[in-house]
Amino acid sequence: MIKVGFYPGCSMKGGAQEYQESVTALAKVFDIELVEVPDWNCCGATAAHNMNKELSLSLPARIMALAEKEGITDIVVPCAACYNRLSLVKHELAEDPSLSSKVASIIDLKYQGTTQILNIIQFIDKYITDKLEEKVVKPFDYKSACYYGCLLVRPHSILKFDRVEDPQSMDVLVRKAGGNAIDWAFKTECCGAGLSVSRTDTVARLSGNILKDAVDREAEVVVVACPMCHSNLDMRRPEINKFLEKKIDVPVMYISQVLGLAVGIDAKTLGLNRHMTEVNLPVRPAKEPAVAAVPEKVVITQKTEA
Amino acid sequence: MSASHESHHPLTLSGELRLETGVIINKCYQCGKCSAGCPVAEEMDYPPSLVMRMLQTDDPKQYEKLLRSMSIWLCVSCEMCLTRCPMEIDIPTIMDNLRQKSLRAKKTNPQAKKIISFHKSFLDSINITGRLYEMGLIVDYKMRTGAMMQDVLIAPKMFVKGKLNPVPEFIKGRKKVAAIFNRVQKDNKEGK
Repeated sequence: MIKVGFYPGCSMKGGAQEYQESVTALAKVFDIELVEVPDWNCCGATAAHNMNKELSLSLPARIMALAEKEGITDIVVPCAACYNRLSLVKHELAEDPSLSSKVASIIDLKYQGTTQILNIIQFIDKYITDKLEEKVVKPFDYKSACYYGCLLVRPHSILKFDRVEDPQSMDVLVRKAGGNAIDWAFKTECCGAGLSVSRTDTVARLSGNILKDAVDREAEVVVVACPMCHSNLDMRRPEINKFLEKKIDVPVMYISQVLGLAVGIDAKTLGLNRHMTEVNLPVRPAKEPAVAAVPEKVVITQKTEA
Repeated sequence: MSASHESHHPLTLSGELRLETGVIINKCYQCGKCSAGCPVAEEMDYPPSLVMRMLQTDDPKQYEKLLRSMSIWLCVSCEMCLTRCPMEIDIPTIMDNLRQKSLRAKKTNPQAKKIISFHKSFLDSINITGRLYEMGLIVDYKMRTGAMMQDVLIAPKMFVKGKLNPVPEFIKGRKKVAAIFNRVQKDNKEGK
């Protein structure tokens, strides 16, 4: 079993428990144990960088310093917002050594900036993707709108992850899991993020427009990689429906839940029952060609052996 | 630049911003792509491209308007403006800087009270427990804003779904996190 460093962040301990459940379960199928950074703190999120620059640098720096102390080389950060904060701080401190030493004195820990920060897709691509297709037992045969949001792909100059306007990495994973990743226009539009509580109307409008495009293009599921995007698209559904003046019941699933279902993990272990918008995917009969392909392969093998 | 020289020629506003953030406001040539892509521009009093133009004037009156604006609080830090800017001007960093200036000068827009209260409640939670305690955040926010009835209808369903943790997680190093808050607040007061 491979051990990989893990920063769950606060959402995954609260409102987005199913994200942690599904990431952990998926990793286990591929013989990976996720080891939490000991005694980690909150990254400070939007609140810190809006209110106090030094705080917004120090909180993520403490997390990375603790990981360094523990000898952790890779940290998986499934929350896109935490991933963004950790990556940006790592970059800023690497660019400015005097700021870096100032922050080290604020957090009262040695900080070198040596840990690798991986978002959920980078983690999957590094440790899982190669073995994914052979493990698929239940193809995820649904029209999927992969929604990347803001913080996974922007700013590109620092994160250098995927295409900035029309990213593909999640689409590729969904296709490997047997799904039909659709082309749509709102992949990287903002859901309203941290305004969810303080300005719910804005979030209803922005998230509503995202879901409307997905549904107009006949998506059966929206796939996400961020707890904040998930809570806005899933939990804010009553406000979204009110804004759109119609009822939209498309479920929103984490990429780890999609892949988890495909490799045969049961819905409850993946926390699918925790969503506010019920996940009722239609049951599909196994595709004819998929069944026919099996004997063909057997025949070829037999021929080679003979 | 020597100290005496600085005292005779105080920095312009855009010069001060450049010193603090490294962002060069004067690179902006008003193409408007930031405002076109901004998800909240339609709700702002000054859309991002106008914020850039106002800063370019170096006029204290324009600067004052920005510190008192709703724009700086409505910005969701989605980074779309920076992504599409042909001159790669880091507008989100400027927005962070303006918010903090506005707070320090106590010039925040009264209509931004809920947004700022949410951020304050968020940071309070980290200061006390080391992590964000969502239920504590909501209660603290309601106390600050008086929005007692907001979202009470979804709370029971969230609880049943296991999305509301009734007990906060206190990390072992919470005193160390609180010490970080003390240090940065001290620096903030001293204007470092």
